[in-house]
Amino acid sequence: MAARTLQTRSVHGAGIPWMRILAWTVLIVTTLISLWPMYWLFVTALTPTQQTIKTPPDLIPVNASLENFVRLFGQARDYWRWFANSLIIGLTVTVFHMFFDTLAGYAFAKKRFPGRNILFWIILSTLMIPAHVTLVPMYIVTRNLGLIDNILAVILPATASVFGIFLMRQYIQTLPSELEDAARIDGCSEPGVFWRIILPLSKPAIGALAIFTFVRHWNDFLWPLIVLQKSANYTLPVGVASLQDEFSTDYGIIFAGAALAALPMIAFFLAFQRYFLEGVRMGAVKG
Amino acid sequence: MADVVAEKSKLRPTGLSAAVRDFFLRYGWGYAFVLPSMITFTIFIFIPVIWSFLISFQEYSLSSGGEWVGIDNYIEAFTTQSGVFVRALQNTAYYTVITVTSNIFIALILSSLIQPLNNYAKTFFRAAYYLPAVTSAVIIAMTWRWLYNAQWGLFNYLLSLVNLPPVRWLSDPDVALNSITLSTVLTIPATGVVLFSAAMGSIPREYYEAAEIDGAGPIHKWWNITLPLIKSTTLYLVVLYTIASFEVFEKIIIMVPSGVGNSTQTIVTQIYQTGFQQFRYGVAAAQAFILFVIVAAVAVVQFRLMRSDVEY
Repeated sequence: MAARTLQTRSVHGAGIPWMRILAWTVLIVTTLISLWPMYWLFVTALTPTQQTIKTPPDLIPVNASLENFVRLFGQARDYWRWFANSLIIGLTVTVFHMFFDTLAGYAFAKKRFPGRNILFWIILSTLMIPAHVTLVPMYIVTRNLGLIDNILAVILPATASVFGIFLMRQYIQTLPSELEDAARIDGCSEPGVFWRIILPLSKPAIGALAIFTFVRHWNDFLWPLIVLQKSANYTLPVGVASLQDEFSTDYGIIFAGAALAALPMIAFFLAFQRYFLEGVRMGAVKG
Repeated sequence: MADVVAEKSKLRPTGLSAAVRDFFLRYGWGYAFVLPSMITFTIFIFIPVIWSFLISFQEYSLSSGGEWVGIDNYIEAFTTQSGVFVRALQNTAYYTVITVTSNIFIALILSSLIQPLNNYAKTFFRAAYYLPAVTSAVIIAMTWRWLYNAQWGLFNYLLSLVNLPPVRWLSDPDVALNSITLSTVLTIPATGVVLFSAAMGSIPREYYEAAEIDGAGPIHKWWNITLPLIKSTTLYLVVLYTIASFEVFEKIIIMVPSGVGNSTQTIVTQIYQTGFQQFRYGVAAAQAFILFVIVAAVAVVQFRLMRSDVEY
């Protein structure tokens, strides 16, 4: 506010508001740069392949058709399997996170038990360890469990997250304890306190956690790439990446697959945009 | 079972069993609530981290298990295939220095520019910057690969408009790493913009008003009030972006699947290739620990350098 007042004042003094023109130019140009790859993804998806390999390229989709999508469904037979796998993984993992992370976050925030703080710092310190450190043993464990090429191999390691627990602990710490105590006096059991008091009160934080968990696992690539082997078991990112090898220069079909995989997240983001940005602010996202 | 408990409580036994029972009555739920996530972490984080450390000193195969080889894997990590890992370290460092610097700089400029705008404009720009970040890195990388396509890509078309010769963006070993770096530089650092905005929004207005009374201009205020007061956010973002850059993988593997010689190898592509294409698990584990040590060391240095004079 203060900055705005001052800016307007200096603008009046200068006659032509050069600073403001420059600022808006930078903002608009960066917006175009930011959105251009997204735009180009959809333009290519809608342009028949013969029209994508010509000079000059169509900067706006004048030849738009759904031909690529029709061919995608005809030729990439596993596409909907990938979609279903990603959906199953994303939803299962998200439900697990909402429950387990909140449960542990509640215990770390409000419960007292010997070793609580040490345990909390131990799990928090694992955030410093790059995920790649555990790839080899994770692969061996998965193989010993007989889960190679099974989407359970993607789901099981992701049933709880250190970051989610941290986020929920921070949030639950700010809740007043009076409600819990009142429920206990009324004879509510400990699981009852969690289920009836803590879970409903934590909804905003759980919402942010759920959104980020879902997006992260929908987009996850390296681990599914390592443990999923048959095309029918791929997740969307792994499957879409494999389109590049299968249809090498058939850009239309490749980008139809890519655009369709990106679409749910874009819709999701536009619908829950406020929670996303709030979640980023709360530190719910890495990278 | 319930009977036993009831009877025991009636009898009020003394000694060890009573102490154990009291302990669980008091603390049992706390342990029970953290148990599910601790089981997950034990199986998929704690044990694998320790195991990975052990494997990094072993010659490991899935069929016959491990055999101790001392620090051979660490030596091999650097010497194998005529030192490609050294090249990967250099490439990763190069990529990190450029992208972290540009990300912080761009995020700082953009969040400063949207700060004076009204809420609608602020939300619009933040959303526009954030949208690509919710899209899979794989898909973004595929799109960049297409933009960089030597024959039909948009970039070479734009070059041809100004009569410049086409560039082999992703197949020329002298250019490929720069092309990948450029794609990251041109991806607006959305998390940075959002976090800087939040930090700038929380600076008390009085500071600026006081400066205005002293006759300070916008740039003066930005330099002397805004920048010092968002320093802890800057530090956090530097560490965040450094770790993300060190772990770059999707981008590389999608944009140059076969690599361009060794010119686009990074630490994680090396770990992936050694471990899961050549099945040399011990060496891959050693490389992963080298990554860990580097990331930890860099983070510590960044904290030391920047935290010294954070004050409010």
